[in-house]
Amino acid sequence: MRETNGSAGEAMPMVRFDHVTKAYGSLTVLNALNLDVAHGEKVAIIGPSGSGKTTVLRMLMTLERINDGVIYVEGEPLTHMERGGKLVPANQRHLRRLRGKIGMVFQHFNLFPHMNALKNCVEAPVTVLKMPRREAEERATELLEMVGLGDKLGHYPSQLSGGQQQRVAIARALAMRPKIMLFDEVTSALDPELVGEVLNVIRKLGAEHDLTMLMVTHQMGFAKEFADRVCFFYAGKIAEEGPPEEIFANPKNERTQQFLSAVLEAT
Amino acid sequence: MPLRSLVVSVILAFTAGLVVASFAGFREFLPGLLQGALVTIQITVGGSVLAVIAAFIAAIGKMYGPWPVRWLAVGYIEVFRGTSALVQLFWLFFVLPHFGILLEPLTVAILALGLNVGAYGAEVVRGAIQSVAKGQWEAATALNMGRLTALRRIIIPQAFVRMIPPWGNLFIELLKATALVSLITISDLAFKAQQINQTTFRTVEIFTIVLVFYLAIASLITVAMRALEERAAAGISRGRS
Amino acid sequence: MNEIWDWAYTWEILPILARASLVTIQATILGFILAATLGLVFAILRMSQSPWISLPVAGFVEFIRSTPLLIQIFFIFFVFPEFGIVLSALTAGILALGLHYGTYCSEVYRAGLANIPRGQWEASTALNLSGYHTFKDVIIPQAIPPVVPALGNYLVALFKETPLLSAIAVLELMQTAKILGSETFRYTEPITLVGIFFLVFSLVTAALLRQVEGWLKRRGGG
Ligand SMILES: Nc1ncnc2c1ncn2[C@@H]1O[C@H](COP(=O)(O)OP(=O)(O)OP(=O)(O)O)[C@@H](O)[C@H]1O
Ligand SMILES: [Mg+2]
Repeated sequence: MRETNGSAGEAMPMVRFDHVTKAYGSLTVLNALNLDVAHGEKVAIIGPSGSGKTTVLRMLMTLERINDGVIYVEGEPLTHMERGGKLVPANQRHLRRLRGKIGMVFQHFNLFPHMNALKNCVEAPVTVLKMPRREAEERATELLEMVGLGDKLGHYPSQLSGGQQQRVAIARALAMRPKIMLFDEVTSALDPELVGEVLNVIRKLGAEHDLTMLMVTHQMGFAKEFADRVCFFYAGKIAEEGPPEEIFANPKNERTQQFLSAVLEAT
Repeated sequence: MPLRSLVVSVILAFTAGLVVASFAGFREFLPGLLQGALVTIQITVGGSVLAVIAAFIAAIGKMYGPWPVRWLAVGYIEVFRGTSALVQLFWLFFVLPHFGILLEPLTVAILALGLNVGAYGAEVVRGAIQSVAKGQWEAATALNMGRLTALRRIIIPQAFVRMIPPWGNLFIELLKATALVSLITISDLAFKAQQINQTTFRTVEIFTIVLVFYLAIASLITVAMRALEERAAAGISRGRS
Repeated sequence: MNEIWDWAYTWEILPILARASLVTIQATILGFILAATLGLVFAILRMSQSPWISLPVAGFVEFIRSTPLLIQIFFIFFVFPEFGIVLSALTAGILALGLHYGTYCSEVYRAGLANIPRGQWEASTALNLSGYHTFKDVIIPQAIPPVVPALGNYLVALFKETPLLSAIAVLELMQTAKILGSETFRYTEPITLVGIFFLVFSLVTAALLRQVEGWLKRRGGG
């Protein structure tokens, strides 16, 4: 049933969190979260520390199991699969098939330190997508040029600045041709003067590629200018959401007001 | 985790032991094996005591001794770590008599294994002493303590807790090395195993039982060292508060 | 006969011992290759999510580590034939050495694997790498180089335990020395020479290992 819904396209959101709950021991981090993200939509996730922003992305990337609810990607259950009309927890094969639609960029880059920039971007396309090495290298070179690192193909992560490393990480994720890109505070570990170059790459991606994006960010200016929608997280729930103009100019929720005034004061 | 895997291995061994216990001759040979185990334990204990003494003397000699002592300590440590335990055992057993020194095989065994493990222990002692903060030495000096007094009353008590886990490993290495003494005619557990094997040919059963015996003694050492570590750690933290 | 050291005898037995040392070296190299391989297998199996795999492997490793190599040599040499597997003494000895030191190596690998940051595993998952490729291309190449010195120490330790093979009459250095001694009733020279051989080899290897360690450090820093 859901399969047919999914292939109907427009009707089904790209990503759907359906009453998703996540707890670590007795600490409930996400509490029956509902969130739909449309095809091509750019969603910025903001909120105070510990509110569960990272957790949302990690669960969508299947780095973390969920305790309750279901996550759908293009109408198909991600965390579960259908068996005889019932949803059962996904097995490894199902996860690997659906994970192919999602890419992620981490706060601390997580580049492979023993591979140069090119190799970082070639490894997965060759071993997972079974792309011929020549073709994978050509595409990786293009992507690295796109992020402005055409002259750094042979450099190892330790020979690159933080901003450059993060741009390699973006190229590496794109090399897998994901439909959904997740960004978790990708500029937080960078020196202030390097933030711009990474944000520029993300802007370019938004303009040139047909990607659905979820980004956790503390760069309010960027969220305002770039996102189609802003979700404010508080204590494992979405306390308020809406177009950036509204959230930033006219927040209705008291928590949002407090958070924004605190953040804006700091900058 | 080590404790958990220890438990698992004891369970595994116990199961193996049960399977083997169905072997009819087991009762008959148990006294012989127990005698052997007693000799094994005797050598392990004797060797451990010697190892600890040798290790402390060598470590302190190497770190603080005048140069002849230092060179002697370094020579001892390097020679005993650089050659193998069996070579040392055979050397004491076959070559010493040639120089007119005749020792009981049991004495040779304790001497060889104790000195061998003591050489490794010396590095453990040295590492633990060096890990004590430099400020402790300086405080002792400021109180006008002599070097040996400072070592004995201030430094070594603090280094002691840190030494216990590696010493536990060394004692188990020593236990394992005792099997070598069967090759110089001492009737330890390994010797008895071969002896019984040659008369009964129940090879699988006998060697399995003997392995379980060794595991049991090793577990005993592990548990005892852990208890010692807990007591020593409690002593230190009590002293601090 | 009563002099302390007989040089003529020394020169006579030196070539014989030199030939025997080849067997010692062969056992060391093959035994260590086996140990390094088995150790990696044990380490990876112990990381298994399923306690049905990880716990028995942990128990087995602990069991082998806590019991004497000599008994394990006997076990393999005497017990395997009962199941129809007849091994030469040298093969049995190499198997025992490899198994015994495999458990030591597995602890070394485990430490190396534990030092890989979680982000490396997560990035591999995010790139959809299979378990096999995650290990082979991402984790292992980072985990092994830092533990090479520790593995090297076990190579030396394994080498020093090869005389145990004399207990099942493998004609390595120790067994050859013993035979020479029993033929001539002079043990001083053969056993001392064997000792010197081990000492020199250990010291040289230790020096080489320090070089490798320094090289790895420089490479890691650069
Ligand atoms: N592996 C874990 N074990 C236990 N608790 C965890 C774990 N990971 C996250 N948490 C807890 O879950 C809560 C949400 O964490 P999360 O990382 O999603 O917050 P965040 O909104 O991304 O915060 P920040 O802005 O600081 O990155 C926090 O209270 C955190 O302590
Ligand atoms: Mg976060």
